Amino acid sequence: MFTSFIITYLFLATSLPLPAPLAIDIGLQAKERLKGLVKVDGSSTVYPITEAVGEEFQKKYSGVKVMVGISGTGGGFKKFGNGETDVSDASRPIKPTEVELCQKNGVEYIELPVAYDALTVVINPANNWASTMTVKELKMLWEPEAQGKITRWSQIRQGWPNEEIHLFGAGVDSGTYDYFTEAIVGKEHSSRGDFTASEDDNVLVQGVTTDRLALGFFGLAYYEENKDKLKAVAIDDEKAENGNGPIPPGRETVDNNTYQPLARPIFIYVNKKSAERLEVQKFVEFYMTQGATLASEVGYIPLPANAYKLAWDRFSRRVTGSVFGGKGSQVGVSIETLLSKDK
Amino acid sequence: MKKAHWREWAFQVVALMAMVFTIGVLITLIVDVCMDGLLRLNWQFLTSFPSRKPAEAGILAALVGSACMIALTALFALPLGVGAAIYLEEYATKNWLSHIIEVNIANLAGVPSIIYGLLGLEVFVRHMHMGRSLLAGGATMALLVLPMIIISSREAIRAVPPSIREASYALGATRWKTIRHQVLPLALPGILTGTILALSRAIGEAAPLITIGALTYVAFLPDSPLSPFTALPIQIFNWTSRPQKGFLTDAAAGSVVLLIVLLCMNAIAIWLRNRYQRKLY
Repeated sequence: MFTSFIITYLFLATSLPLPAPLAIDIGLQAKERLKGLVKVDGSSTVYPITEAVGEEFQKKYSGVKVMVGISGTGGGFKKFGNGETDVSDASRPIKPTEVELCQKNGVEYIELPVAYDALTVVINPANNWASTMTVKELKMLWEPEAQGKITRWSQIRQGWPNEEIHLFGAGVDSGTYDYFTEAIVGKEHSSRGDFTASEDDNVLVQGVTTDRLALGFFGLAYYEENKDKLKAVAIDDEKAENGNGPIPPGRETVDNNTYQPLARPIFIYVNKKSAERLEVQKFVEFYMTQGATLASEVGYIPLPANAYKLAWDRFSRRVTGSVFGGKGSQVGVSIETLLSKDK
Repeated sequence: MKKAHWREWAFQVVALMAMVFTIGVLITLIVDVCMDGLLRLNWQFLTSFPSRKPAEAGILAALVGSACMIALTALFALPLGVGAAIYLEEYATKNWLSHIIEVNIANLAGVPSIIYGLLGLEVFVRHMHMGRSLLAGGATMALLVLPMIIISSREAIRAVPPSIREASYALGATRWKTIRHQVLPLALPGILTGTILALSRAIGEAAPLITIGALTYVAFLPDSPLSPFTALPIQIFNWTSRPQKGFLTDAAAGSVVLLIVLLCMNAIAIWLRNRYQRKLY
């Protein structure tokens, strides 16, 4: 697999006349003089990475202003599709309705993965029964049919206590919710409705830490910061190729592709027209070279080093469109595979 | 006789309890936020831009953004609000139309702030192409505070004794001269107090700004009314939703800054009122 990816990469790099580091040469003299404004908006999950990149970028290029908003992945794509922003933070791939909006307004986009997040299913530390769960059990618990029916722990697995279960989850406008439902229920944006939903993950953390019978899900960063008050559930997808048995979330298990299906890539989308501007090119270049270090600093799992090279190559060649076919979340695909496949 | 005494005493206790409860809640909140945030509050915090590192983050962009936005809000809302109040009090004839307008202004003062945010988004940000700028923020906030400014200005104008107007007319002054030289100077302390209190409500509002899309990460100061910006409540809101504990301390410190700004604005209101009242009587 690895060799085939190398070959593909070399093939792409040599066969195309456009050199990858196109913007670097122009950049050197312009470094101090570079001016402009880079507008970013979108997912609150990607925000900490973009903020970190923006902060360091502006230390190097003090003439460039970077501004980052939080509108959620969907809200961000609405602005992006109207041409109001240069870059959109997204915690899931672009959806058909959003693709349509972009087409309608003539916005072409370049999709670049920036890191992994591990969606973490958490329980209260006093919960001594549910330290592992299978994807099937989670599906049974979260699918729309479960509403009002699956309300006690004992209904999920025999031997678990006959007590109520209290569910906490990401708000339904978030990419986090979209991905979780796609990975667990099998259908994006479809789940039971009787759970406590919040866009603010700290509210969910609070809910699970104070309730012995709670179960919730959110990004790894929030679990890692609250490790002393929460317990992560190890997930078993019952597929031998992704490692046997229940797998706990973490850097290692995401890196070796065994934390499936809840490891998800997160992205930035760059407007192709904006990419003509030098300050945007420099920003993306900075993102692709420093993003790994910064992502890990703010609690995310960096992509393999080659993936950033491939993504930068993709940007340099201005490859537009989504490798996910504009169909929204997809589960269990390695970023390198996807990046090396495209033309 | 004894029974009346007992009632008097019971009512006093109930009133006292109501006061103690209200002040108690306020003091608990202030002490709590100060305990979390006061130690974090230093020169570095006031003069730094936001950062991914809680200890290096600061509130400068939000503080300056809030100040500029409120200045613009005052610039838009004060002339409009006072003008409307003067018209309604001094010129408008009392008929069903002015009655409907009155009722509507009172209703508008009670509309949730997020509705003004939606209006601002559609009218200022999209339709008038102001973008997510200070100008759009100031204009939206001006809409939010206008009803309050009109109501308090009308009350201040109404409090000017009719005898003063009559004396002015008796000396041959026109209506405009009477308003300009007699009514407005007397009503000014009331108008200013009302305006500043309305503005201090606006400075603590996050909902309309989030709706019009004010930004979260801005590491530069606004250089024109069309510049993008962030504001104190948005910065505080963002910090409270971060995973790292350090940001919660930053949020508390930010809240202390916001409290101090509010206290200063209210102090100015009281100072203005006292100063002008002394001059006039």
